Amino acid sequence: MATLTYLQAISSALRDELRADERVLLMGEDIGVFGGAFKVTDGFIDEFGADRVMDTPLAESAIIGCAIGAAVAGMRPVCEMQFSDFVSCGFDQLVNVAGKMHYRQGLAVPITVRLPSGGGFSGGPFHSQNPEAWFMHAPGIKVVAPSTAHDAKGLLHAAIRDPNPVCFMEHKHLYRRVRDEVPDGVYETPMKARLAREGSDLVVIAYGAMVHVALEATDDLDGAGVEVLDLRSLVPLDTEAILGSVRRCSKVVILDEANATCAAGAQVAAVIAEHAFEDLDGPVVRVATPDLPIPYSPPLEQAVLPSVERVREACRELLAY
Amino acid sequence: MATEVAKPVGATGEAASEHLTLGDRTWLLRAMVMMRGLEERAMSLYRQGKVPGSFYDGHGQEAVSAGPAFAMAPEDRLCILHRDLAAHLIRGVAPVRILSQYLGRAAGPTAGRDGNVHFGDRRLGCVGMVSMLPDMMLVATGMAMAFKLRGERRCALTWFGDGSTSRGDFHEAMNWAGVQRLPVVFVLENNQYAYSTPLDKQFAVDPVRRADSYGFVGVTVDGNDVEAMFEATRVARERALAGAGPMLIEALTMRMHGHAAHDDMKYVPKTKLEEWRARDPIDRQEGRLRELGVDVDALRAEIAAEIDAATGEALAAPMPDPAGAADGVFCEGEAEPLGDGVPRWSAYLDRVGGGRA
Repeated sequence: MATLTYLQAISSALRDELRADERVLLMGEDIGVFGGAFKVTDGFIDEFGADRVMDTPLAESAIIGCAIGAAVAGMRPVCEMQFSDFVSCGFDQLVNVAGKMHYRQGLAVPITVRLPSGGGFSGGPFHSQNPEAWFMHAPGIKVVAPSTAHDAKGLLHAAIRDPNPVCFMEHKHLYRRVRDEVPDGVYETPMKARLAREGSDLVVIAYGAMVHVALEATDDLDGAGVEVLDLRSLVPLDTEAILGSVRRCSKVVILDEANATCAAGAQVAAVIAEHAFEDLDGPVVRVATPDLPIPYSPPLEQAVLPSVERVREACRELLAY
Repeated sequence: MATEVAKPVGATGEAASEHLTLGDRTWLLRAMVMMRGLEERAMSLYRQGKVPGSFYDGHGQEAVSAGPAFAMAPEDRLCILHRDLAAHLIRGVAPVRILSQYLGRAAGPTAGRDGNVHFGDRRLGCVGMVSMLPDMMLVATGMAMAFKLRGERRCALTWFGDGSTSRGDFHEAMNWAGVQRLPVVFVLENNQYAYSTPLDKQFAVDPVRRADSYGFVGVTVDGNDVEAMFEATRVARERALAGAGPMLIEALTMRMHGHAAHDDMKYVPKTKLEEWRARDPIDRQEGRLRELGVDVDALRAEIAAEIDAATGEALAAPMPDPAGAADGVFCEGEAEPLGDGVPRWSAYLDRVGGGRA
């Protein structure tokens, strides 16, 4: 066991996989000599060489497309989008080539696409997005979003060892802020939800950075027992865990940092409406970013991203319902 | 790095490549005649309402797929385009499976999940295309990257059309392959029209000239000469295996049918079609072989009988079970690797134990 930051945990998983499996290679912009925009692969090129820690041309479609080719030819590529926002330039390869390959011709595409996502630090409209729902809507792609260092490492191992395309949403704002106990060596975290805190009066369902917002907002909420469910995986979505929390707590707040419409939380709300209507003691409440680009200036950004205060307020209102 | 233009070859018995035996040359004709016959049969089944959706063919372009596919080794990997049926035949896909694919049957290579020539038999080393063109240029480039990283003597090849050269993935693949000097062959199928859009609305500079700016060689070949296409690909493959990087082969040809079966081609001048009809790739190869005494009529009769038998078998084959429509979205077990194609070229047949060249 060691105490690692979220970022160190991601680095640790990548390093362990490169050591364990010669098929694994990393591909991305500025990840080799420079060590990555966030230094996730700092020093890797010295241990693994330029072929396996590949500085690519500035071309997201090519990074994902060539990774698909390498994967079907027997490699296990891990692509880094420098910021998750730029995956829009590689969307077609991921959605149309990778996502549909196995269904159409029984050919697996074991690629992992790392997507440094999320806002909170004045990244502006093109360096703050949470694009996970784009890929939840596209068949054949798994989507995971860890909130802790422990799960960042375990889910990245699971993603790289999965025979399918996996979008690994790593929240930039957690990189150096979150630090927790991480086991030594390789372990796979299941693509299932985790109870971050047990409770029985209300459940907040979240993933990624919003798990921490949920925990802080409900840490001392007028003595109420607030459960926090960390989804960890969005595809597959752990319906059983979601419904279990709803049955225990009867009141639900769903929290997304992404834009509200058709977000992951909207799907969670739909699952609850379909399967747990009778278990609810109040309306399903959603807290999310409104449908707008993420603004740059701190007061504007703070006004749109879900805050601890907004979540606390939403929980209070629902508890009083 | 200059753009090279292959010399056109006349309709004499003379071979365009010294690397082809008479048996090879006959196989090339066989693949083209089989492609045309299967597509004509599928078109007929489409008109009868038995082929669902739409129907696309490669009438007049048979040499563009047959020649390059024949030059590729079993362990090489291919991404085949929708007008390149002959490449599938050369890799080893049986006619009945192709007709089953058109008919949406369970026995087709995609088991009814996709139609037309939107398939690739992974067991034969092929990765099926998607409709977003030329996405597969990047997949082929990635396969070539894997070969180079592992130090393997293998090559990847893909086809794409003149319209695709306008898209960013064309640039990204050409650039990446050039930067990393990858063993990949790009076959630009210049069939004069992207749906109804002619070349002068597609690009200001012939795309073959762009190869030079990506750091590799581009050649223009008579795309209606199957042996010239074979030879250009053989050279490209040899160069790639020797570490010289990618090559762009522009195959000049003509799409003799509409974009799809519904398309009346009113945008194509009649004289242009007549000119190209006189350059038919099958007539040309047939002429060469007749001069050399090959019994082409017997070959044609044999192929026609095979197509009839395959048609009967495919029509009798079951449709896919709707209960399985949701199966296989994700791979649940181990990833199955790509297999190798069937050796066709005599140089591959002669290899001891089918080992790597």
